[in-house]
Amino acid sequence: MTNTLHRYGPSESFRDDYIVFAIASKGRNDEGALEKQRRFLQLALPFHPVNLGDALHGGALRPSSNMNPLDHWSRDVRPDFQAVIDGLNQATTVAAVFDNREAAENFVAAIKAEDLGLSVNISTSVEGAEQCCLAAGLERHSVGYSLGFEGKTEKLPDEQVLLLSTMCGHGMVSHALARKMLDWVREGRRTPEQAAAVLTRFCSCGVFNPTRAARVLAGSGNAEKAT
Amino acid sequence: MQIDPAKCVACGNCTYVCPVGAISIDPSIKRAVVNQDECVECYSCFNGLSQEHLNPTFVRTVRRVFQTLRLRFDPEPDVCPTAAFSPQELVWPRVVRRAFSDPRVPHESTGVHGRGTEEVKTNDISGRVQAGEVGFTIEFGRPGVGVWFRDIQEMCWALARAGVAFEKKNPITSLMSDVSTGTLRPDIMGEKVLSAIVEIKVPISRTEEIIQLVREVEPRLDTVIALGVGARCDQDGEEETVGPILERLGYRLERAKTNIGLGRITNANPL
Repeated sequence: MTNTLHRYGPSESFRDDYIVFAIASKGRNDEGALEKQRRFLQLALPFHPVNLGDALHGGALRPSSNMNPLDHWSRDVRPDFQAVIDGLNQATTVAAVFDNREAAENFVAAIKAEDLGLSVNISTSVEGAEQCCLAAGLERHSVGYSLGFEGKTEKLPDEQVLLLSTMCGHGMVSHALARKMLDWVREGRRTPEQAAAVLTRFCSCGVFNPTRAARVLAGSGNAEKAT
Repeated sequence: MQIDPAKCVACGNCTYVCPVGAISIDPSIKRAVVNQDECVECYSCFNGLSQEHLNPTFVRTVRRVFQTLRLRFDPEPDVCPTAAFSPQELVWPRVVRRAFSDPRVPHESTGVHGRGTEEVKTNDISGRVQAGEVGFTIEFGRPGVGVWFRDIQEMCWALARAGVAFEKKNPITSLMSDVSTGTLRPDIMGEKVLSAIVEIKVPISRTEEIIQLVREVEPRLDTVIALGVGARCDQDGEEETVGPILERLGYRLERAKTNIGLGRITNANPL
């Protein structure tokens, strides 16, 4: 998932952002991958992920194709992890998102013990992934560094918007909606958690981190600097 | 993507959710409209907005009453109250917009969802990037800017002139009419996508050269680039060859995806 690689922010801003994902390689270990990926997601539950998802159906907080108008006053912002597991019907990429290193470390150790045979990657700060491997007794196989954004960067929005919108690397969380939610939280029209849930629903593979988003939204006005 | 004017109530919610700003309210008709030239067919509006199925006449009447009373109804910002979006049938070459922009659609060339690439994510069993090599992912249009294929073409030509090999299992490579020169099919030059990744692999000794080349081409492109660099770790899990080069070039290595080496070949008849 390159879509988790280029999250904007300094290492410190990923202290509550650990994505562990599993993928099969076409023609090499994709036979039986569906059940293994379902098992991967089930193994994540005891470690209290903040999101869970697959690349086909989305995350644990999804839009509704037939929303009841009365929901405007009682919108449910609780993630439905079991729906993600039950809805997985085709091998793809599956991911579990954690908001603390201990949970990520323990999950990685559990995945190692299960020996699913799928390729597993951790997407977070360089040091954070190293620590997870160390705790699980694993050596890193390969690393893909993000070098950030270049070119016509004047087309990009401000840092606070980028902290939010880049949590969906597929670009499904627009800069404009992130800006709108920052403004709404500042104006007291939504809580940080409610605004984070709005953004989370647009992520189509379940890697958006609502905990980190709520922290950024709550701290609007105190932008984290990249340098 | 299209918006049914008979259903749209011009609430404006969709104008914020479009990643490339292709949706706006046309004041002359009091409806939301899609700029078809800018729309990248990502389906974020159609898939991401929750849909109510309210009667449009009823909603317009309520909005007029509220307006008269100077009341502001504060609806959920991720809802289309009348389910006004309707995807259109896409034909070549416009269909490439959706293939590269809607992450739920797998690329036919690779069978992979999203941008259609495995990169170092499966390097533990694919061996795509070996020791002594460095893999580059040059992603155009990300985050949230979008890119025209004519801009991608500029970079592909420059890379080909430098003698690099394009990754075969990559959707952009599959759209090349001549891989040796990096030439893309001419009929897609007028298409815009949310993002697309060019993948190459070179010896580590060429790392700086490739980065300089990318930097030289970037000013000619009307978009942003997200650059990713993949490398193989040694047997102790350390990566001390590529990282130092990148830091010397001024990059701060804040974030990475790390393949932890748990993959193994399990197919009965692997490729």
